[in-house]
Amino acid sequence: MKDIKENKDPSETIKEELQNANKIEEQINSDSDQYSLNDDRRVKVLSPGQLVAKRFIRNRLAVTGMVILLIMFIFSFIGGLLSPYDQDQKFYRVDAQAKDYAGVLHNEEYRYTIGDKDLFKSSVNAQALKAIITGKDSFDYNGVSYTLEQLEDEVFTVSTGGKVIGIVSKELVNSSTQEALSFDFTLAAFQAKSEGKDSFTADGAEFKLGEDGIITDAAGNEKAYISAYIVKAVMSDVFFTREFKNQLIDAVEAGEKSFKFTDADGQEAEYILSYDAATKGWDVKQEIDTKVFDTYSAPSKEHWLGTDRNGMDMLTRLMYGGRISLMIGFIVVFLETFLGIIMGGISGYFGGWIDGLIMRIVDVFYCIPSMPIIIILGAAMDAANLPSLTRMIYLMLILGFLGWAGVARLVRGQILSLREQEFMTATEACGIAPSRRIFRHLIPNVMPQLIVYMTMGLGSTIILEATLSFLGLGVRFPFASWGNIINDVNDTFVLTNYWFIWIPAGVLLLVTVLAFNIVGDGLRDAFDPKMKR
Amino acid sequence: MRKYIIKRLIQSLVILFFVSFIIYALMRCLPTSYVEAMARQKSMQPGSKSYEEWMAQLSAMYNLDGSIISGFFKWLGSMLRGDFGDSWKWTVPVLTKFNDTVWLSFVMGLVSFILEILIAVPLGIIAATKQYSKTDYTISVIALAGISLPTFFFASLLKLVFSVKLGWFDLYGLVGRNYDQLSAFGQVMDKANHLVLPIITLVVVSMGGLMRYTRTNMLEVLNADYIRTARAKGLSEHKVIYKHAFRNTLIPIVTIIGGSLPGLFSGALITETLFGIPGIGYASYYSMVAGDIPFSMFFLVFTAILTLLGNLIADVLYAVVDPRVRIA
Repeated sequence: MKDIKENKDPSETIKEELQNANKIEEQINSDSDQYSLNDDRRVKVLSPGQLVAKRFIRNRLAVTGMVILLIMFIFSFIGGLLSPYDQDQKFYRVDAQAKDYAGVLHNEEYRYTIGDKDLFKSSVNAQALKAIITGKDSFDYNGVSYTLEQLEDEVFTVSTGGKVIGIVSKELVNSSTQEALSFDFTLAAFQAKSEGKDSFTADGAEFKLGEDGIITDAAGNEKAYISAYIVKAVMSDVFFTREFKNQLIDAVEAGEKSFKFTDADGQEAEYILSYDAATKGWDVKQEIDTKVFDTYSAPSKEHWLGTDRNGMDMLTRLMYGGRISLMIGFIVVFLETFLGIIMGGISGYFGGWIDGLIMRIVDVFYCIPSMPIIIILGAAMDAANLPSLTRMIYLMLILGFLGWAGVARLVRGQILSLREQEFMTATEACGIAPSRRIFRHLIPNVMPQLIVYMTMGLGSTIILEATLSFLGLGVRFPFASWGNIINDVNDTFVLTNYWFIWIPAGVLLLVTVLAFNIVGDGLRDAFDPKMKR
Repeated sequence: MRKYIIKRLIQSLVILFFVSFIIYALMRCLPTSYVEAMARQKSMQPGSKSYEEWMAQLSAMYNLDGSIISGFFKWLGSMLRGDFGDSWKWTVPVLTKFNDTVWLSFVMGLVSFILEILIAVPLGIIAATKQYSKTDYTISVIALAGISLPTFFFASLLKLVFSVKLGWFDLYGLVGRNYDQLSAFGQVMDKANHLVLPIITLVVVSMGGLMRYTRTNMLEVLNADYIRTARAKGLSEHKVIYKHAFRNTLIPIVTIIGGSLPGLFSGALITETLFGIPGIGYASYYSMVAGDIPFSMFFLVFTAILTLLGNLIADVLYAVVDPRVRIA
């Protein structure tokens, strides 16, 4: 606006001079009320800038656009300061996560407990099993005869030469501690169980056998237990207590889907059982509360628009994103206007071969398909692994460099007609230097068109940047931009389920660009009243 | 006239030469290329030559070993002979891939272009005849909204409403799951069904410009002296607008429509990529991202030719349609 005021049309100068003359007259006649030229008695004179402003304000649509833009600027530049969160502050939530914890197997097959490794070989194992299934109590193999003795329903001992060399059984004696059990102990335990005794001696020590199959030593510490269930930990460093195992096996037998257990440290956790037909066992999952990134959480009091993929506050990201989108728009437009004014100004003023050359360059730039070129350069920047900030700067330079041709054409066209006017002859007669003539006298006259062009250009630049960021070729992660916020929608799951991730950013983008276009339109009408009849 | 066209054609060729040189230089300066990836892949194979050897061989094969200028002239030479090479990404000759994809884009572009004209021109005229009315404001805001609407956002919205919520269309692709089982007619309908959303996107996003252009030009015509004369004669308002004004508005509109005809072949890069429509825009996007120099070069030069052709057609049409215009 300031530039417009400076550029004085000859008629405007006369008006101003008249105004000055009026002031002087006013001073002379100040003593006589009769000839008073007070404000209320004078015709108001408006400068061209004021006229433009007046016409602009009368256009309700354009004023709405201006208000929207103002709100957007406050939202982006001040909102970021007011927001209690940082743009890359991550939020966490406590989430119950089921982790694989244990596996329970009900033993359906005969297993071998080996007493003598040299005698009870795997070939003998197979023969013993065959004999058990066929119901024999002895078998010969490789010229050696073996005797089978049934201790219980599904517990057999294998002996040769009067010595027990192994046990074939479905029930097993499992160690309750981390110590391995000796064969003698296992054998003694089975024998005691089959005979219905409540105590036995093995390895020179006395043990007690409880009814539920628990074996305790003399001090009352649990040593082992007899059971057809095998409980294995998924992680090797986890050791199960007898109570846990009991409860687990009870739950399995009762066919429950889950149970709760409080361990020695008083920590309660929920365990989920699921039967796996392939392994004929139960998978036990432990539900533990884990701290995870608060991703895609729905809008709430703390996060008005929820959180994004990285657990960052959406509203704050939108504010900072607006900052970047608007800033890129402004920088790019100023860059292309700067280049365009210089090239167009020189071209239009000097004419001749300089004009021809510059206009051919403009033609070349007009003809270059800018979107594909930017995509290629974006992919190249990807490959070069540039840091996000450098990338953003390059992006602005590229966009500015590809966009100046339009401005140059506009400026040149205006100057071609302006330079023939009388005021330019006057500047020439005054001997003003060409650079001053171009940039002080010609360019300010192109300003109205330029301002309109820039306002419209801001909108399209913001869209272009958003499109690139959306494709992942523009602004990159730590930085937010409205385009790369919407980028998440490429994930169909987000598109379907999380409207709050992408719709607000898209609406902001649409509203801002629309406002720029409306304001540009309004400015054009205001600058050029001929168009608005 | 002929002289003018010839002069313009020669000018266009010069511009094209420089544009293709700039594009070629850019492509060559890219820090990464498909060739490197290919060489790395081949050198991984057991008993293969080393990466450097493969690189040298492939570079020589694709004229990448010399300087940019000599490489450009080699490329230009083979291009003038109609040899565009093989696409690296699609592993078929560039022209084959082009021929496979361009017609789909053309059909899509043509349909949306016709729809665009049918919607934008009448609305623009209505807005102009009822200037400053509510209708005018509504149409102007719709036009501006169309211009301001980011393609990708509008496409996502359409997908959410029509594909996800209503389930009328598929999210991606040109053909449905049971395409092969359909009859010939069913196959055409299936494709048409998949093109509905992309075409809506294209129409909505592009109609705003034409609408505003029509409105501005109609306003200009309505303020002309001959319209005042027509009214003074006592012609009905309907006749004034649709006979005298409309025909004169057609001059700039026909010009701009003629000028955008070549653009129908350049495809819609963003829309096709978003909807997974395998047209020329889709193919070129993935070629460019993959660093496929032959196909990208071809596509970029092709687009440049289309732009130049569009400008030429617009300028010539302007003189043809409007007898007042004389071109030297």
